[in-house]
Amino acid sequence: MNKIFSYPEALVDVPMHYCPGCTHGIIHRLVAEVIDEMGVMSKTIGVASVGCSCFNYDYFNFDMVATAHGRAPATATGVKRVHPNCLVFTYQGDGDLAAIGTAEIIHAAVRGEKISVIFVNNGIYGMTGGQMAPTTLPEMKATTSPYGRNTALTGYPIKMTEMLALQDGCVYAERTKISSVASINKTKKAIRKAFELQMAGKGFSVVEILSTCPTNWGIEPVEAIKWMENNLEAYYPVGVIKAPKEVE
Amino acid sequence: MAEKILMKGSEAIAEAAIRNGCRYFFGYPITPQNEIPEYLAKRLPEVGGTFLQAESEVAAIYMVLGAGAAGARVMTSSSSPGISLKQEGISYMAGAEVPCVIVNIMRGGPGLGAIQGAQPDYWQATRGGGHGDYRLLVLAPATVQEAVNLTYEAFDLADKYRNPVMILGDGILAQIMEPVELPEENKEQPEKTWAVCENHNRPRNIVSSSYPQVDVLEQINLRLHKRYNEIKNNEVRWDSYLLDDAEYVIVAYGSAARIAKAAVKMARAEGIKAGLLRPVSVWPFPVKPFQDILPQVKAFLALEMCTGQMIDDVRLAIGNARPVHHYGRLGGVIPLPEEVLGKLKELVKEGK
Repeated sequence: MNKIFSYPEALVDVPMHYCPGCTHGIIHRLVAEVIDEMGVMSKTIGVASVGCSCFNYDYFNFDMVATAHGRAPATATGVKRVHPNCLVFTYQGDGDLAAIGTAEIIHAAVRGEKISVIFVNNGIYGMTGGQMAPTTLPEMKATTSPYGRNTALTGYPIKMTEMLALQDGCVYAERTKISSVASINKTKKAIRKAFELQMAGKGFSVVEILSTCPTNWGIEPVEAIKWMENNLEAYYPVGVIKAPKEVE
Repeated sequence: MAEKILMKGSEAIAEAAIRNGCRYFFGYPITPQNEIPEYLAKRLPEVGGTFLQAESEVAAIYMVLGAGAAGARVMTSSSSPGISLKQEGISYMAGAEVPCVIVNIMRGGPGLGAIQGAQPDYWQATRGGGHGDYRLLVLAPATVQEAVNLTYEAFDLADKYRNPVMILGDGILAQIMEPVELPEENKEQPEKTWAVCENHNRPRNIVSSSYPQVDVLEQINLRLHKRYNEIKNNEVRWDSYLLDDAEYVIVAYGSAARIAKAAVKMARAEGIKAGLLRPVSVWPFPVKPFQDILPQVKAFLALEMCTGQMIDDVRLAIGNARPVHHYGRLGGVIPLPEEVLGKLKELVKEGK
């Protein structure tokens, strides 16, 4: 009998620490499946940063470096320059990438660093308990914006992926979401494109994935997906933002 | 014997790094150490290495972390304010046990301060510098030749102890030109089975300073502490000048020690039994030589180009056994040997 479905080799078979309804687990699995399908696990090096995903080195079944809040693109730069034939990716949340790590991510894109970035955006700080992120929507409540995000006081949600796509060194930028089988499949394709372009030596690639945080949003998981599509997606439209001609 | 060539301190440090297999450099411009990155920007591509100018000192130190975690011999250099910015990453490297070499060409502070040579970062260098209970192995050369030798050796020490090593110099050392003999190129490098790289049949490697379980982290802290003690036992380095019969001992490291040496010569000419004890490793601090000479010594004089930081270590080395005085000029003003002699005479006169 042919085996048609199995646990990805690039994922360690252990329980994950994520909250019920969190989409990190799905995204981890997509990354692992793409690595398996490309047959590159032996030459993959991941860089974990700080946020809910900071323990992902326990889940990915390949070499990992765990680095500081926001610094994954710089760390990945060091790794990639030493091992240019390896697949090197960072896995970062929106607090990590869009606040404290803004300089590192922009300049990795500017340099056309041959790394891929998995950018998980749920509009809030998860790990630290639901504080306002640079991606928090106007009027959205967080523990440090208890009356709702006041744009007069704290400005507007940052559009990182659009900003990265503007840089010549960035060859591929796409925003996807995790809400349905179709959008999950689309996200997987985007991750694959990003990794393939890196391995072809084309330059910097980023996939922003709209995600949910039922715990800190204070909504049930199924509701959270709807809320994400109605609100987060309305501000952050999904789709290809930049891609080379052969990919489009 | 190899031929001697005239080199600037900063360029000699850069070349010494290459001679011991350093093939990666990540840095950000800051005076007075720019000749290090400039030299390497030219030299590293010639030897198949990578020079990369980062967007900040913060980014640079994390590039160092990445390259070090990937198994490469890697260096960064900066000056006081830039080294402050790197402290977070240095702490992460100490925690993740990533070897690297960090050059700090100190200048006057606090804040932006000034670009002239000074020694105000002793505490930062020898007390860890960043957060967490860690130590750096810190070597403080006084001449360009010594800077070459110690920088070369720093890469071996970093790999041996899996710990960052700091070369602590100042604007004088970086800018001065002196004849140096360069070491032969070393092509042998230790195998790093713990590093991240292409992996076909070993268990996966994780390079991380994250230990969320407290009992595990306590064991890590104990393991690091044990290693720091090994460094204390094995890597103490110091030098002396006319110390054998000295009654008044100047303690100075780096550039200040050169001034101290001149002052000792002048004092001897005037019949004062002066000597110099020069810590070369400032962490670990050389405690034993202080205890060995204690019976003959009337007083110690810590000469530092700051208001007094190393003086703490002198006091820790001898307790209250003898008076310990301080002399220093600040903010990039270089003390003259005459001033130091004046201070020595004061001590002799007062019988301190």
